[in-house]
Amino acid sequence: MTIFQMILLVFLIVCAIAVSFSRNLLNSVLIFMSYSLIMSIIWICLESPDLAITEAAVGAGVTTILFITTLKKIHAMGAEDKKTKTNALEVEREAEEHE
Amino acid sequence: MSKLKQTQDYEKTASFKFFRWISGEKDPYIGTIEMQEQSEHQVEDDTITERMWEKQMIIDEIYDVDHNRILTKFHKLYKIAAVLFCVALTFFLLLTVSYLPRTGNAANPDNNEVAQRYIESGLQETGAVNIVSGMILTYRAFDTFGETNVLFIATVCVMILLMVDEKTLEERSEARLNSGRIKDDIILQMTAKFLVPFILIFGIYVILNGQNSPGGGFSGGAILGAGLILYANAFGIKPTQRFFNEKVYRIAKVSALCMYGCIGLYYYTMGANHLADHIPNGIPGHILSGGIILPIDICVGLEVACTMYAFYALFKRGGL
Repeated sequence: MTIFQMILLVFLIVCAIAVSFSRNLLNSVLIFMSYSLIMSIIWICLESPDLAITEAAVGAGVTTILFITTLKKIHAMGAEDKKTKTNALEVEREAEEHE
Repeated sequence: MSKLKQTQDYEKTASFKFFRWISGEKDPYIGTIEMQEQSEHQVEDDTITERMWEKQMIIDEIYDVDHNRILTKFHKLYKIAAVLFCVALTFFLLLTVSYLPRTGNAANPDNNEVAQRYIESGLQETGAVNIVSGMILTYRAFDTFGETNVLFIATVCVMILLMVDEKTLEERSEARLNSGRIKDDIILQMTAKFLVPFILIFGIYVILNGQNSPGGGFSGGAILGAGLILYANAFGIKPTQRFFNEKVYRIAKVSALCMYGCIGLYYYTMGANHLADHIPNGIPGHILSGGIILPIDICVGLEVACTMYAFYALFKRGGL
């Protein structure tokens, strides 16, 4: 196993962990897309170009588009930032009331 | 919400009459048989009070979370048991992995005569230079047919769930036009104008050259679908509908699946009865070679491209 493949595998693990820890849904979709991209490069290194083409087209392309379309449909893009802002405002208000 | 049909058209169909008869709206016995009228069901007062008492008892004794000792104990035990279960599961899985044979060992059970046969006489029997294509589209064409059916059923399900009728579609597109968002993004349009022809030609190449080079129906279809999605995203749905509308989609999808079924059926019947199939294998390496691989590749590619684009269009606006 070359150093290049090792770096790719480390990236893969980092991506997989980062998806589950990311709060923003759009961010996790983008990380998932980069995961697929790295995976397709690994498929080429493992000498299976068939899978690499499919992974790049389906995993990185179409699935991401479907996820983003769904996020837009359910109005989840940008909604979480607003929510955290309103939460912070509420916390501040409560703190003022206590004082 | 599924597609709506005109009520007058629907009332003429046989299925409407059949379901009206099933649901009992048109009872053939009415007017011909003498029947007793049923009295309305009445609930007694005692049962009502009993029910209320039971409900109050349940709320008092079970859902009083703060004072229920058994419940708090259960929650603590639940957490400990969950952690223990996870640890035990990981342990047993790792134990199983340690018993697996090493990869690449010559004595492994996956190194049997099947793989040897594919590698040694695959080129001769299927005429495909690309062993993977030759394997999944001739030896295992039946599996691939099942996968294609799965794609077909998946799109049908998405259509049932997300498709809307034409009136709602028009209203939605008008609302989107009036919402005043940026529509014609010049960067996206110029990029798409440059890229889409190359993507589509590459997809067609991957499909047609599936027996000679890496790729085949699934990969090429996915590339074609991605190109179509990029075009529809950049220029809107109207220019896309000039060459890919619901009619084209329906014809392509159904005829591709049927053609795959017919080719597979012919090939299997001939092979099972030891008859010669009249599909020439051709010279390996040429574009017209590989027997049934090329037509099946085209069928699968059409099916996958239609699926990808239909998913996008149905998710985006609820119609093709």
